[in-house]
Amino acid sequence: MATEENQSSNWTTVITPQRHLFDIDLKGIWHYRDLIWLFVKRDFASIYKQTILGPLWYFARPLMVAITYTLFGAIAGIETDGVPRVLFNLAGVVMWSYFATCLTSTSNSFVANMHIFGKVYFPRLVIPISVIISNLVSFSLQLLLFSGFLGYYMLFTDSGVHFTQYALLFPILVLMMAAFGLGLGLIVSALSSKYRDLIYLVTFGTQLFMFATPVIYPISMIPERFHWVVYLNPMTAVIEGFRVGFLGNSSFNVEMLAYSGGVIALILVLGVIVFNKIEKSFVDTI
Amino acid sequence: MSVVIKVDNLSKSYRLGAFGKSSFMNDLFGNKRESEENLFWALRDVSFDVMDGEVLGIIGKNGAGKSTLLKLLSRITSPSSGSVKIKGRVASLLEVGTGFHPELTGRENVFLNGAILGMRRSEIASKFDEIVAFSGVEKFIDTPVKRYSSGMYVRLAFAVAAHLEPEVLIIDEVLAVGDAEFQKKCLGKMGEVAKGGRTVLFVSHNMQAVQSLCKETILLESGTMTEKGSSHMVISNYLSRTTKEVSGQYWDSPEEAPGAEGVNFKSVDLILPQGADFVDVTTPFGIKVNFWNQGGNRRLNLVVRLYTMAGECIFNTVSECHEFENGEIEGVCKVPGDLLNYGVYSIMVLIVKDTSRELYELHDAIQFEVHDKRSNQSWFGDWPGLVRPKMEFGLKKIN
Repeated sequence: MATEENQSSNWTTVITPQRHLFDIDLKGIWHYRDLIWLFVKRDFASIYKQTILGPLWYFARPLMVAITYTLFGAIAGIETDGVPRVLFNLAGVVMWSYFATCLTSTSNSFVANMHIFGKVYFPRLVIPISVIISNLVSFSLQLLLFSGFLGYYMLFTDSGVHFTQYALLFPILVLMMAAFGLGLGLIVSALSSKYRDLIYLVTFGTQLFMFATPVIYPISMIPERFHWVVYLNPMTAVIEGFRVGFLGNSSFNVEMLAYSGGVIALILVLGVIVFNKIEKSFVDTI
Repeated sequence: MSVVIKVDNLSKSYRLGAFGKSSFMNDLFGNKRESEENLFWALRDVSFDVMDGEVLGIIGKNGAGKSTLLKLLSRITSPSSGSVKIKGRVASLLEVGTGFHPELTGRENVFLNGAILGMRRSEIASKFDEIVAFSGVEKFIDTPVKRYSSGMYVRLAFAVAAHLEPEVLIIDEVLAVGDAEFQKKCLGKMGEVAKGGRTVLFVSHNMQAVQSLCKETILLESGTMTEKGSSHMVISNYLSRTTKEVSGQYWDSPEEAPGAEGVNFKSVDLILPQGADFVDVTTPFGIKVNFWNQGGNRRLNLVVRLYTMAGECIFNTVSECHEFENGEIEGVCKVPGDLLNYGVYSIMVLIVKDTSRELYELHDAIQFEVHDKRSNQSWFGDWPGLVRPKMEFGLKKIN
């Protein structure tokens, strides 16, 4: 009996029906880090193969969206806190679209990779992580577009746009968006492995969520008594933080950011746990 | 020698029926009793150990639980109860080319597929030239794989898989791909892997491959493990059991019977001598073939060929040839006792016109087993030889 117990300590893999809630295979994910990188490369290379403009398409989308909202904003007479309208919208849209693509593409992880998941094992978290990273590529290209506009307005116009010390928070803001998109996406993907309805709801829900976040309007437009609703939304601090850092004008304070960070961390942990619980048996239900 | 895979009372159940509103309600309110009734056990209480360096075959009919077992061992899904413990790195090949992306080049896909199978980038890079050489698609390695022929695709995919070096390798039927030459190459590579001291689990329908690669084999039948032992024994037991299901074939009318050019089989039957209910190595037996001729007056004859399950032809024998009108024709081929070695055989019947033109051939017309019998022997090891004729074999003292 004793020898058997000694032996059992050398097993590399033990497969049992029950798994501990927090038993997350971080070591496994580290082992598969090359795979994460290769998935990122695959996503990038495969999307724009056989297109003439290639990665230029990354610019086109946010620009179109920002222009649409700018026209809409001009007609509706939406205030922009004295910031040029195009710049204001572009800042919001670029930031938001990174979060939104992270959310929608992670929520698809199980369904989109069903075929691979049914044939080979690797830590399933590899897929959503790689998705977050590959979205970073398009995000940085879009930032380039934004900085082009920013440079123009700073150098050639008298718009009063300026950097503040909050610009240094930028990496943290990106991390927060990634974590939030990942966390929410993991929850949705875990649930959607059984109830496919959620996938359709996600695109729609993200759109609604955007209008609940000060992306194309400033907080100052919201009546004072509804401010708490806006501040409850963890994305508010992210968008406002970005605007205060690069455009110099918005309603932002560090408490907001701390609150958002807390909520996002909670959602990420919840997402990882739910995903981890579902991943071992989702092949049977999907 | 130590145990590297320990499977303990492994079970896996699936819920029958579609998911819908009722399953959602069950999830919410946990209606346990209802779901218990709808369970299907794909695998039930399977236990076995695999030793270090052992090459274990897994056989069984479709739906016997082979794939479920592999999925559990390779962590694609998790068991309903029981456990599996594994020592060392596992790579499972349930399919070749998992994750191949059509838009990517051969080179990019080798890296991607290798990484999906658990190889590190540096590992793939160091074996890259070998992989490409093995696949034989050097010229197209920088072409997107969507332009590959299916043969090239499979060869490249298998080449990646063949260069995995895990401690435990799990393989499912990958040999069923590619042309004959490539299959031979794959079998060779598999043998190499097996001899290299790696532990291999091999699931296949190809009994010849299982028998030649695996020393031990387990047999799964409707979710439970019914046999484990030497491959030869398990395979012939399994085959003989399936043989009983096909000891003869009958057709009611020419319309539904197999045939061509005006000849159709009516029946193919194994005839045993009085008092015998199975064939052993000493039993003479007959093969009775009835067929309809509807092609008018012509000269016809039968050919019977006997094959081992591995596909080797033991003999080919030809009947008399006569002129026949339309009607039913019967031929009986008498096979003497003390001719065949023990094993499972398959019979092919051929109808020939003018002793030269083949009209129709029926493969696997009957499968049957010849059992071993050694009345005057005290030795029970393997009796070698494709045939086992009784020879006059004298022995005397001469001085």
